[in-house]
Amino acid sequence: MNTSALSLPATLRPRQIISWFGVAPFFLFALLFLILPTLNIVVGAFRNAQGQATLQNLGKLFSPSIQSAFWISIELSLLTAVLGCLFGFLIAAAITLGGLPRPLRNAILTFSGVASNFAGVPLAFAFIATLGRLGFVTMLLRQWFGINLYGSGFSIVSFLGLALTYLYFQIPLMVLIITPALDGLRREWREAAESLGASGFQYWRLVALPVLWPSLLGTLALLFANAFGAVATAIALTGSSLSIAPIVLFAQIRGDVLNDPHLGYAIAFAMIMLTAIANGIYILLRMRAERWVK
Amino acid sequence: MTGKRFWSWLAVTFGGLYFLLPLVGMFDFSMRMQRGAYSFEAYRVVLADPRFQQTFGYSVVLALLTIVLGILIVVPTAYFVRLRFPGLRPIIEFITLLPLVIPPIVIVFGYIRIYNTSSILPLTGSWWGTNILLLFGYVVLSLPYMYRSVDTGLRTIDIASLTEAAQSLGAGWARILTVVILPNVFVSVLSGAFLTFAIVIGEYVFAALLNVNSFGPYMVWMGGNRAYEPSALAVIAFAITWACMGLIQLFTRFSIFSIVRR
Amino acid sequence: MAFLDIQHLEKAFGAMRVVKDFNLGVEKGEFVSFLGPSGCGKTTVLRMVAGFETPTSGAICIEGRNITGLPANRRNIGMVFQAYALFPNLTVEENIGFGLKVAGEGKAATRSRVGEMLELIGLPQLGGRYPFQLSGGQQQRVALARALAPRPQVLLLDEPLSALDAKIRISLREEIRRIQRDLGITTIFVTHDQEEALSMSDRVVVMHQGIADQVGTPFEIYNRPTTRFVAQFVGSLNLLDANVVDAAAGKVLLGDVPVSLNRPLLGRSGERISLAARPEIVTLGRSDGDHVVLAGRIADVHFLGSVIRIRVAVEGGLLSLDTFNQPDRPPPLLGTPVEVSVSHRDLLVLAA
Ligand SMILES: Nc1ncnc2c1ncn2[C@@H]1O[C@H](COP(=O)(O)OP(=O)(O)O)[C@@H](O)[C@H]1O
Ligand SMILES: [Mg+2]
Repeated sequence: MNTSALSLPATLRPRQIISWFGVAPFFLFALLFLILPTLNIVVGAFRNAQGQATLQNLGKLFSPSIQSAFWISIELSLLTAVLGCLFGFLIAAAITLGGLPRPLRNAILTFSGVASNFAGVPLAFAFIATLGRLGFVTMLLRQWFGINLYGSGFSIVSFLGLALTYLYFQIPLMVLIITPALDGLRREWREAAESLGASGFQYWRLVALPVLWPSLLGTLALLFANAFGAVATAIALTGSSLSIAPIVLFAQIRGDVLNDPHLGYAIAFAMIMLTAIANGIYILLRMRAERWVK
Repeated sequence: MTGKRFWSWLAVTFGGLYFLLPLVGMFDFSMRMQRGAYSFEAYRVVLADPRFQQTFGYSVVLALLTIVLGILIVVPTAYFVRLRFPGLRPIIEFITLLPLVIPPIVIVFGYIRIYNTSSILPLTGSWWGTNILLLFGYVVLSLPYMYRSVDTGLRTIDIASLTEAAQSLGAGWARILTVVILPNVFVSVLSGAFLTFAIVIGEYVFAALLNVNSFGPYMVWMGGNRAYEPSALAVIAFAITWACMGLIQLFTRFSIFSIVRR
Repeated sequence: MAFLDIQHLEKAFGAMRVVKDFNLGVEKGEFVSFLGPSGCGKTTVLRMVAGFETPTSGAICIEGRNITGLPANRRNIGMVFQAYALFPNLTVEENIGFGLKVAGEGKAATRSRVGEMLELIGLPQLGGRYPFQLSGGQQQRVALARALAPRPQVLLLDEPLSALDAKIRISLREEIRRIQRDLGITTIFVTHDQEEALSMSDRVVVMHQGIADQVGTPFEIYNRPTTRFVAQFVGSLNLLDANVVDAAAGKVLLGDVPVSLNRPLLGRSGERISLAARPEIVTLGRSDGDHVVLAGRIADVHFLGSVIRIRVAVEGGLLSLDTFNQPDRPPPLLGTPVEVSVSHRDLLVLAA
């Protein structure tokens, strides 16, 4: 820049200060409305009502009802994350490597953008209208095929129903994240493997999947956290009849005055820990899987 | 070759069935309010409901404010980090990813504990305070999307040269940001904005736990008390999401900015 | 029958015919180059031989066995790509051992073969590295070793040197040829660089718009091009327009200067033809005997050091010629009237 040596210090200082003013609001904001609230919960989980350090709150997590709520939550999140990854992967593979027409690929990607954001209350309504007692598919199955869905024990207000609903945003999210990764698989890798005598299966096992590993693991962790924190869908779908961790916490917060707020802290803390562990595992595995990248 | 294509079509067909049936079901159900005939009665009832108008209007305003505040916080940050503090990038990226990792219900729980009536900053005690807290909460939820899209936009332009050029013409920081940088990352900002809109408009957990009557809690209330109207609401919400995503596509694909930049 | 026999090979993508009636026999241990401009169908032929594309018609045989319908992974053909295409998640050793591993070769046998290959390409210490830790030239050597490790019947290389800088390109060129000779492996090498094709190959196939224009040794291709395309694409060339006066006697008119070629021509009298001569066979001054002598003026002089490239304006066009630098003879001045000579035998006659 054409600033003369004399005026340099004079212009440099205000510029530095202005730069800091540019980023300061962000940090202040993140501190006040993201970090401190979270820390407050974490610290609160280790304090009793008198403000003394304790592990009692965490101990209460192991009461049968809360423990089972967490288990259901973990199972639900893990199942929908794994199935979301699997089905999302199949669809993404179909549109990237499967030789389908280009417009179909674009349509599916656009739809995935919509569906992955169509979570929460409206999604629950859509599934009630489809697989509820009077839902579209329920009626269709009964009238056309004579299958009584609810007679066979199915209910949309169940673990299975919830899992089916969660997959509606889990699968598209996977499609959106993994499609660029699949596009990154070079055609020559496959051809090189083939010319060296490898079968399609061997190519996938030895080259494609190892290359995709980091993305797959990352998405799995993200999908897990995504399902774990999804409260609105669950509440709109089941009311509070299915006891999963975020719904228990929701009830705790609502009924704060009556219940023990420190149990709430403990539940919230456990939720943070679980998503953090999921991401920690992801980061660890990713570092190992990415030895061959810069 | 043909085998591969067969399996691809199979995967896409099954996927299509799974993804389209709930939409068909929701639409079908929303039309059945009048016995024996398809009608838009449920939509009429919903749209005429003053509580719908009130909560929906509230959520739209809140979503727009979220977008404005989000831009005000994110654009200068992303800009100065790229220009002056590249070392801060990993920290900022980490922070902006946190809302995807920490469940929203935990964040709002923290708000209730920190900003309750007996704290130093009793935001939840007043109408204004509660609304501001909700707004800030939504900005937090939108951070991952906003920051990512703005940062992607900044990556495609040479901000250092643009800044120097503007400075040599005598522009100050505020002017550089609003007149030079913002128009150049406009399309990216818009993508973030529409995504934010889609997320905020029907949000439930924050609003419900802060006791704010926005569109999300209204929908849940309808779900517990009515039969056909919830489906109509779901169709409306789906249409809004679809519109937001469609607009993002439209802007990124057909914008003069992105064409010029190539 | 040749070792690798390609018969009437055709390939169309939709309505576009990319390869047309391609015939070639490659002998065992021979090094054949496909030379041609970008988009002429070289890669497509190679990919059909490798099994990545299905021919529209025609046959590909190795040792008399028709392999046209065989999938790529059962052909036992090694392939080297322009962009290396090393597997990024495997080390150099694992890359080279890949073909042996998928063939179910034992660990010990694989290890010794990989070591052998590393020696062959001169990178014995780099076995533990990942591809991203190698330079482009090193990566391409590893790709070569990977293709050779399972002892393929045929080696295919698709512009393997195009992504490298000039210096490495030349050293690797020599190395590839050395390795090919050592192993005696039948090789097809695709390139758009004539110098590469001429310097490396036993025979060159010059391709043009999906057709093999000419097949021959580098010497034949360069000195006896049979089509105008081959003549122009390979090496630099002087072209002079002429009219046939008497085909049987070999008399033509360059502008209004009569020239006798002393051999019968194929064209009819009155037809327009092109006379072509390489710069190095044109000499300055009058040579007697079996030479065509033309009068002209110096139009341009480029002093290149050891070589001086001179352009002379003659009837029918400009002639470029190369002379060696001689310290006691400075280059001629512009506009000087001169005579140039070309041997009848070396003057090519091409259809206009
Ligand atoms: N998969 C394909 N689909 C359609 N056209 C193709 C395909 N592959 C190659 N072509 C066309 O075939 C012609 C020859 O291509 P190629 O064999 O790659 O040429 P070269 O290797 O000589 O540069 C080009 O015009 C190219 O556009
Ligand atoms: Mg090619």
